[in-house]
Amino acid sequence: MHELALSRAILDIALEHAQGRRVRRVDVTIGALRQVVPDSLLFHFEIVSRGTVCEEAQLAAQLAPARLRCACEEEWELAEPAFRCPRCDGADVSVLDGDQLRVDAIEVEEAPCIAPR
Amino acid sequence: MHRTKVRVASDVLDANTTIARANRADFDRAGVRVVNLMSAPGAGKTALLERVLMNGLGGVRAGVLEGDVQGSFDADRLSALHVPVTQLNTDPGFGGECHLDANMVRSALGAIALDEIDLLIIENVGNLVCPAEFRVGEDARAMISSVTEGEDKPLKYPLMFRTCELVVINKIDLLPHLDFSLDRFLENLDRVRPDVEHMLVSARTGEGVDAFAGWLTAVARRQAPAA
Repeated sequence: MHELALSRAILDIALEHAQGRRVRRVDVTIGALRQVVPDSLLFHFEIVSRGTVCEEAQLAAQLAPARLRCACEEEWELAEPAFRCPRCDGADVSVLDGDQLRVDAIEVEEAPCIAPR
Repeated sequence: MHRTKVRVASDVLDANTTIARANRADFDRAGVRVVNLMSAPGAGKTALLERVLMNGLGGVRAGVLEGDVQGSFDADRLSALHVPVTQLNTDPGFGGECHLDANMVRSALGAIALDEIDLLIIENVGNLVCPAEFRVGEDARAMISSVTEGEDKPLKYPLMFRTCELVVINKIDLLPHLDFSLDRFLENLDRVRPDVEHMLVSARTGEGVDAFAGWLTAVARRQAPAA
C-alpha cells in the first residue's frame, strides 16, 4: 500500500541526482525487515515516473537479508520473525543488516562531449 | 550518448525524516510530548482514547490529532469530551494515503494550539503496515492489537510490532467468547519484540484503562532530549 508513497520518494531522489539527464536505471536496496513488496514498488514506480526523465528507467531492486547480532556475540540470518537469540535466548539483539531502504545509484545518459573549436 | 553511473546512497525516507525532525523540534520548543498511536482499523483506538480522556490524565492537558482517510467521525466523537481535536484527512478526494507522514502532520501544526497542551496523541490511520514506515516527529509509539484480530498478528506485521514501545491488547472482555489464546499471542509477541511492555485492556468495560492512562501521563512528563 505504502509502495506508492515510497516509489514517489525514490523518484524524487532519482530526479534530484539526474539533474535533467535521462535516467536508464535506478538501483535500490530493500532490507528484508522492511515490509516492502518489490513487485508493487516496480508497478508504482512505472506509473509515477511517467512524463519525467525517469520514464522507462529500470528500477532494479536488490534484496538484503536480515542479519542480527546478540550481545553474546552470536550472529545469524533471520529466516522468520524471531528476534530472540537462538543461542542464549537473550533479547539484547541488534540489527546488522536488512533494515535499509536505500537508493544506491542511478544510471544516466550523458550527451556526447563536443570539443570546443 | 553514453551511460554514466551516479552514486546516490540515500535513504528513501530521508525527506520524511528531515520533516519529522522539524516537527519534533517544534513540539520540543512548545514543551509538548507526542505519542503516535497505531493499530488496524477497528482495534479500538478512538474508543480507548474516549475512555482515558473522559477521566482526564492527572492534570496533563492532552490534545488529539485525528488522522483518517475520509471524514471526521472519530474527531466528532472525541470533541464531545472537550479535548482539543484536530482532524487531518490524508486526501480531500477519494483514495487518500493509508498512513500519516511527517509532511501531513506538519501541514496540520498551524491548527493545533501547542501552547495549550502538554501531550499530543496522534491517532494514525488504521493500518498495520504503512504507518510503521513513517516517523512523524513523535516521542513514543504505541499500538493497539485487539483480541478479535487473532494470535498471529505479531508474526504477520513484525515491523509494526517492532517499532512500538507499548502494545495495548484491547477487547479482553470478549476473551470468553473467542478461540483466541492470550498465551499464544504473548508468545508470538515475545518472538517478534522480546520484552516489549504490554497491557491488557477493555475500552468497553474500562478494565485496565488506568494503566494506559498512566503510561500516557508518564510520556507527557518525559524530559525533552537536550538539543
